[in-house]
Amino acid sequence: MERSVHRIFYHIVILVILSLLSVGLWAETIHEQRSKYRDITVTQVGERRCLLFNVHRGDRNQTCMMVNNRDLLVFDYTRMSFAGLLLQPVPENILVIGLGGGSIPMTFADMFPNAKIDIIEIDEAVVQVAQEYFYYTDTENMTVHIDDGRPFIKRAGIRGQKYDYIVLDAFSGDYIPEHMLTREFLDEVKAIMNTDGVLVANTFSTSRLYDHESVTYQRAFGEFYNFKLPTSGNRIIIAKQGNLPPRGDLVEESRRVAPSLEKYGVPLTDYPRRLTTRVDWDMSRRELTDQYSPGNLLRND
Amino acid sequence: MAIEMLGARILSPYFGGSLSVWGSIITIFMLALALGYLIGGRLSTGKPNPINYAIFFLGAAIFSLPVILFADVVMEPIFLTIEDPRYGSLFASIFLFFIPTSILGMISPYSVRLMVESEEHSGHMAGLLYFVSTLGSAAGTLGTSFYFVLWFEVNQILWGAVAALTLAGCVILSAGYTQKLKRANETANYGKKRA
Repeated sequence: MERSVHRIFYHIVILVILSLLSVGLWAETIHEQRSKYRDITVTQVGERRCLLFNVHRGDRNQTCMMVNNRDLLVFDYTRMSFAGLLLQPVPENILVIGLGGGSIPMTFADMFPNAKIDIIEIDEAVVQVAQEYFYYTDTENMTVHIDDGRPFIKRAGIRGQKYDYIVLDAFSGDYIPEHMLTREFLDEVKAIMNTDGVLVANTFSTSRLYDHESVTYQRAFGEFYNFKLPTSGNRIIIAKQGNLPPRGDLVEESRRVAPSLEKYGVPLTDYPRRLTTRVDWDMSRRELTDQYSPGNLLRND
Repeated sequence: MAIEMLGARILSPYFGGSLSVWGSIITIFMLALALGYLIGGRLSTGKPNPINYAIFFLGAAIFSLPVILFADVVMEPIFLTIEDPRYGSLFASIFLFFIPTSILGMISPYSVRLMVESEEHSGHMAGLLYFVSTLGSAAGTLGTSFYFVLWFEVNQILWGAVAALTLAGCVILSAGYTQKLKRANETANYGKKRA
């Protein structure tokens, strides 16, 4: 009896040691910072450096970068964010909501050195970490603004500012903040888009919110491209004002633009066939509005 | 509390969802309640009566209406003049929530005065009142954040709060009125007996 207890005890000790070792091997924490909104952790495994929010709650990597090949985009969703180039290949004014490690705006800056890029990030600690660990710097044409995305966009609308390419990539806690999921918000976004501008929104393809989100985007923009990859849990919404171009144009455009995206690891020619306007959501779901946006409650179902 | 929980939802389209927006709302609610307690207590020193008491409920209901009807009208100019969302949300909270909340604050001390019949029971009554009102706050918070926002639109919940306040005001008025009639009858009877 006593022996078996001892054996169990030894097993547990060995398991604990092993798990501690494996954590140590897999991810070395090189920086930790507590901000107004979250705990920020930077880890590095080999050449791969990652930014994580709220690690204690088991959140996934927010963004990663290869230190030895900084141009390479590590995640599917960051690569997918450039699918908007199929509709708008030469953006001159770019807006990115949500900085993260800065890989999306830095890629834009590298591709289009003359484009004017505005980045909105609510958490100044994220900006600091992006600067110190992910090589982000403001340039003459690229500025990060510490602000909430919604008021920034509302103000831009009042000023009559227009953008050619807008990336919505704002996440707080579990998901996109509720006030950036509503019809009113999307109408405000639409108001700051040029007639040939494109909106690229990063969302999750799982959860019941998927239906509500899809209905809301459809009411605001009409038909939009739904972009999913089997390797990713993200669903990228690609929308523009007016009619979407026919798929043939996208294929042609992808061949033209793809070479310039090669060094970032974006397989643009694979994308057109993944873009679909097929409705795969429950259209009877309620539209999200400023009056009705229980986003996080819906996610639990 | 239900209104407080919705406050963030009402302000977020203009001032975002940053921590400072929550801070503004809670600060203004606390200040308004503090002032309400002070005024309510002062008002209760004279001749407290159910009619005044009912007016608090009805007043709070009426002054909550702008939150439903004119929220955009109030927030738009603030949004345009104040760039900093911290102060923007602070001023918006003042204009939208300060008056109804301070009127609601008057209810508590006035209730204590109405309920207390003897010095001996004053602590007991105050304790009971805190118990009921804090329990109500907890219920309002939980109900709003867990369920109401899932079932209703923000304005529908606010209309519900306004209806509840109005109903409470009317119940108190009618109760006060019957009490007054009773007392009038008693004095009349007393007068008859004397005669």
